Amino acid sequence: MRLSPLTRALLGAFTALALVFVYLPLSLVLLNSFNTSRAFAWPPPGLTTRWWSQAWSSDGARSAIVVSLEVAAIATVVALVLGTMAAMALHRFRFFGRDTVSLLIILPIALPGVVTGIALANAFTTMLGLELGFLTVVVSHATFCIVTVFNNAIARMRRLGTTLEDASADLGAGTFTTFRLVTLPMLRSALLAGGLLSFALSFDEIIVTTFTAGSGVTTLPIWIYQNLFRPNQAPVVNVVAAALIVLSILPIWLAQRLAGTDESVAAAR
Amino acid sequence: MKLTRLAGAAVVLALCAVGCGTSSDDSGGSAGDSDTPGGFTAPDVPMASELGDNEGALSILAWPGYAEDGSTDKTVDWVTPFEEKTGCQVDVKTFGTSDEAVSLMQSGQYDVVSASGDASLRLIAGGDVAPVNTDLVPNYADVWPFLKDRPWNSVDDQMYGIPHGYGANLLMWRTDKVDPAPTSWSAVFDDSSAYAGKVTAYDSPIYIADAALYLMNTQPDLGIEDPYALDADQLAAAVELLKAQKANVGEYWSDYLKEVQAFTTGDSIVGTTWQVIANLAEADKVPVKAILPEEGSTGWSDTWMVGSETEHPNCAYAWLDHIISPEANDAVAEWFGEAPASSKACEIATKGFCESYHAGDEAYAEKIHYWTTPIEECLDGRTDVTCTTYQEWTQAWTEIKG
Amino acid sequence: MASSGSAGLLHRSPRLRLGLLLGPPMLWLGVLYLGSLAALFITSLWTVDAFGAGIQRTWTLENFRTLFTLDVYRTITFRTLLTAVAVTVIDGLVAVPVALFMAKVASPRWQRILVILVLTPLWASYLVKAYAWRGMFSTGGPLDSVGLSPGYGLSATIVTLAYLWLPYMVLPMYAGLERLPDSLLEASADLGAGTWTTMRRVVLPVLFPAAVAGSIFTFSLTLGDYIAVKIVGGTNQLLGNVVYDSFLTGNNMPFAATVSLIPVVVMLAYLTAVRRTGALENL
Repeated sequence: MRLSPLTRALLGAFTALALVFVYLPLSLVLLNSFNTSRAFAWPPPGLTTRWWSQAWSSDGARSAIVVSLEVAAIATVVALVLGTMAAMALHRFRFFGRDTVSLLIILPIALPGVVTGIALANAFTTMLGLELGFLTVVVSHATFCIVTVFNNAIARMRRLGTTLEDASADLGAGTFTTFRLVTLPMLRSALLAGGLLSFALSFDEIIVTTFTAGSGVTTLPIWIYQNLFRPNQAPVVNVVAAALIVLSILPIWLAQRLAGTDESVAAAR
Repeated sequence: MKLTRLAGAAVVLALCAVGCGTSSDDSGGSAGDSDTPGGFTAPDVPMASELGDNEGALSILAWPGYAEDGSTDKTVDWVTPFEEKTGCQVDVKTFGTSDEAVSLMQSGQYDVVSASGDASLRLIAGGDVAPVNTDLVPNYADVWPFLKDRPWNSVDDQMYGIPHGYGANLLMWRTDKVDPAPTSWSAVFDDSSAYAGKVTAYDSPIYIADAALYLMNTQPDLGIEDPYALDADQLAAAVELLKAQKANVGEYWSDYLKEVQAFTTGDSIVGTTWQVIANLAEADKVPVKAILPEEGSTGWSDTWMVGSETEHPNCAYAWLDHIISPEANDAVAEWFGEAPASSKACEIATKGFCESYHAGDEAYAEKIHYWTTPIEECLDGRTDVTCTTYQEWTQAWTEIKG
Repeated sequence: MASSGSAGLLHRSPRLRLGLLLGPPMLWLGVLYLGSLAALFITSLWTVDAFGAGIQRTWTLENFRTLFTLDVYRTITFRTLLTAVAVTVIDGLVAVPVALFMAKVASPRWQRILVILVLTPLWASYLVKAYAWRGMFSTGGPLDSVGLSPGYGLSATIVTLAYLWLPYMVLPMYAGLERLPDSLLEASADLGAGTWTTMRRVVLPVLFPAAVAGSIFTFSLTLGDYIAVKIVGGTNQLLGNVVYDSFLTGNNMPFAATVSLIPVVVMLAYLTAVRRTGALENL
């Protein structure tokens, strides 16, 4: 297929338009972080940097970011371990119920967050008698993060096949040696991509978190939710959001560098 | 009410509750002050008779925003001064619903709790909180008399906690778009069609009580005595009123920002509000006015209570005294957006604050029907019918919104 | 020695290896997650006592009766499905040309930049973006000042949700098209196929499963949303609101569980239907 210059131009114009659609509200966020009106009046009655300095000194925002980073990091580590194991099992073995297992891995992300949220909250509190807190959030996040690691890992395995691992085994390497010296290096960039996505998913998750966090744990989205509803704090939230948008370019760019285009795309999912 | 509480999202149940008692009332017929609606006898829990040295630690269970230590906003901090003054190291745990508060208090790990009406009566009934010896709380003397010995904070004239703050749900409108100025809730009910698409209402099942309150005044035949005690027919009448209202509602609101924004842009021009929202809108130079309409209104009132198993009774009493000390009570009230319980708080409050919240205005406070969770047993004392529960209200609310 | 011994055992016994590999993930997902879902289903057969304080563990179909007999729940279910379909279609229509441009027209350098541009919004808080749209739709706001605002309501909700989930549709499509070698397209052209034939016979088979994969996200995310509709939806409510209100406001977990089974059934039916397309491997 050779796209005619006109088609190319049209596609380009459409893409540009779509990006305007994507960035218009984001620029409104940025603009509102300087808006003197605490309720974001339009057009802004005036501009101020007051919110930025206020955000800078907000302990609440800072500790919420730390909590979110911790939750995302632990959930991602769990997802990396479990996701890789599941991918290896499904890739290397053919067994009864294999399709069901792969469906099961997808389920936590395919079912709406509100369902996952109340199902887990119900299980934690009424079935297991746990108090909602940091642990329950991490467990819940890991549950829907597994699929992202799994998908990246198994896609890579499918592409590379099992020949290298077989060769390693034939040459006498044990199971763990093969994993350490052959499988893991092959998977490294795919795991990085999956881990990054899992991190991002966890970092901005609010629905499952609302149900499973109890009230002692304030992740960044929860902090934002609480503060958006205090007019004195809402502009500060805009600052945090604007800062996050700018800062997020860093990990994405890094992932692209480290993993190559293909996986960083996957990382987005 | 409650900034954060609503903010935090959940939770209306929290807002008030079973024992918030029936409204206090201008409605006449409800039970006397000392009779709690359910008419139970409180379990025998000993009350502190004297205080000793502070124990050095205190664990607080509070609504978000009621025990701020400067982590939300550096200038908002009444926990640190308490620690410095008393040597009690404070550990704050916040909760999201009254149910959560009750179950956490049952664990016996907390020394004091900020309870809404529903939680307060359940806590008393369960023996989880102790009667409070108000003689040991010097600042109690400054609390507005009309907040003392009420059904939601006392049993048989024995106080179980220290009143902390209260507020009313008001009627607000854009003065440039609504003319003549309304004086009655009819502006959002029977006459709402004049502002079709621009009416707003509070997004919670508890808002049904607002409709019931209106019906109580306009349709006496229904026999509504208490907006929180509705039998099936009375609930149906309120639902019908709200369904008619819905045709003219532009959106329902449940948080500050949404409402301030809607009134600023003119997406909403008349509806329920809290004083704090009206003040914020006015500060942004939005032409709005908020009143307590002639029918009276719904509202809230909260209480600090002491755990029955507390190992830190002295720090607990120190906290009760601190939280209604003029400085702290003023700080909480201004941060939260409600009237302080202490009259002295008004002496040091920001100029005009107490006036704008009508703090201490007894006639005003008597017009507030404090939020209470509706239960099967009619809160107005009727025994010949069963009343509708909060679950039924929740389903009714879903139906109203459609 | 011990480790090489156990490794040897592992090497000799594939079943043991499978068991060890699959055990932990299955314990997590199969027991914890599926167990939670099963518990949710069981809870839907219970009820709450009148005081609202506790769950009564007596078996009853009362919740299902309420769900099926009251019109309001049917209305809300249809509204939610309509919203989910509309959001998915809009995202699909926007994503195809964007993904096509990214994968097949843009230079490698621009490809990278575009991927970043599409990804970046995912890191901006969901809530903040939803509130930004509230500003966009307000009376006298940026859209209204050019006469384009529908006001708060269902269409505003659809636009906002389509906006929020767009990256989830663009990326699988882009990834699918990216894997499609240019040489294949050229071969198709060399064999005499016109642009549209190539589109239909070569591009579409790749695009379709990718679109289905994306739609799983847009669908499930919409079915579970209760926040965006509160912010821009006017008086509308979706299934997520009913679940949320029953659970947190109404303190009626059994009924919340009953309502939440609707999106579960919808998604399971959808997953079963699309399983054959290979979409699940594109997730």
